[in-house]
Amino acid sequence: MACEVWREKLDAYADGELPAAEAAALSAHLPTCAGCAADILERVQMKRSVAAAGKRYEPSAQFRARIVGNLAAQSRATKSVRPSWQWRILAVPALAVFLVSLAVNSYVSRDNARRQRVYSELADLHVSALASATPVDVISTDRHTVKPWFQGKIPFTFNLPELQGTDFTLVGGRVTYLAQTPGAHLIYQLRKHEISVFIFPDRGGETASPASGPTNAVSFNMENWTQNGLRYFVVGDVGAGDLHKLASLLRSTQ
Amino acid sequence: MPAATFEDLAVPLFDQLYNFARWLTQDTTEAEDLVQETYAKALRGFSSFQAGTNFRAWMYRILRNSFLSSRTGLKTTVALDEEEHATAVEEHRTPEALLIAQASREMVQQALTELPVPFREILLLCEVEEMSYQEIAETLGIAQGTVMSRLFRARKALRELLLPRLNGGPHGV
Repeated sequence: MACEVWREKLDAYADGELPAAEAAALSAHLPTCAGCAADILERVQMKRSVAAAGKRYEPSAQFRARIVGNLAAQSRATKSVRPSWQWRILAVPALAVFLVSLAVNSYVSRDNARRQRVYSELADLHVSALASATPVDVISTDRHTVKPWFQGKIPFTFNLPELQGTDFTLVGGRVTYLAQTPGAHLIYQLRKHEISVFIFPDRGGETASPASGPTNAVSFNMENWTQNGLRYFVVGDVGAGDLHKLASLLRSTQ
Repeated sequence: MPAATFEDLAVPLFDQLYNFARWLTQDTTEAEDLVQETYAKALRGFSSFQAGTNFRAWMYRILRNSFLSSRTGLKTTVALDEEEHATAVEEHRTPEALLIAQASREMVQQALTELPVPFREILLLCEVEEMSYQEIAETLGIAQGTVMSRLFRARKALRELLLPRLNGGPHGV
């Protein structure tokens, strides 16, 4: 196909917005056409430059505390207090809700206890790895070195994100165990702070909890989620915002 | 699974929303006010938010609309005379890839600051927030075709700001 047809589709291609069939056809065209290839290169370069330049401003700690703290306070308040004029209307449903919540609470607190156990175990793994003389068994900032190292050592595989343009660096990885299950332990660095990423096969709640939002356990921030049958935990002493950035990078790579 | 609370959904967006607000307002205090206003409005309106639709686009839309009705926002013009499917055919720009690669982070930041708000915001949504065309269309309240043509023009404008400075040496002229 002639270049003219492709030329107006290069932006959509670079943005990942071209329908699969067209994208495949254009991918096949690129190695045969220096002009289009150079053009794509320029567009991708530009996208990366803007992405890196655009991540520029961070909220101050005070401002974060004000907004995030307010939200937490408000959600607590809406759970417990109702404006007084409404109480008569709400009394009956409220009683029903109360009874249900009693039942749910006892279930949730059991769940919470199990979650806390997993979290403190992960925090221990994180700290003991950093305290060790050899925190990582494979030392490399290159994800293409670290990922294959795990082959044959753990019963699954995973993808690691491209970190160029971010403040994170990969330090390396090691094999670790949680509840008798082998998994990958990766260590990342952000401004001298170490962040651990743990990846385990998901055993449907056996090793973890359904919660995925940022959590705070023994003063470490944590985030966890399940993706493609794997359970991810991100643990570190950096702010919840930075932790979330790394978690998002990982999520978008799987 | 229990429905996510406002807090669950909104807190992880805090850093990104602030960055975006700061880029729009070009001022720390105004950015903080804007983010605070966005969270307050979104919390009030959360009951009307349709579960399953795009929460992130919804939050950005609130932030952007609040900005446009703010004092600074009113001074910026968003109206662009754009044709929907402005054809994006140009000559190949082979040597530019090498030049653009040399643009420092500061140069790109400076150029982004100089871009008109509609161009600056759409580039941030696409490259920094990595939103799909569909999400950008929802956030800005425009058609997908308009997203494509505006992005094209925004990139062209950015390139035109950067290239002369790159040709004129590392610090520009």
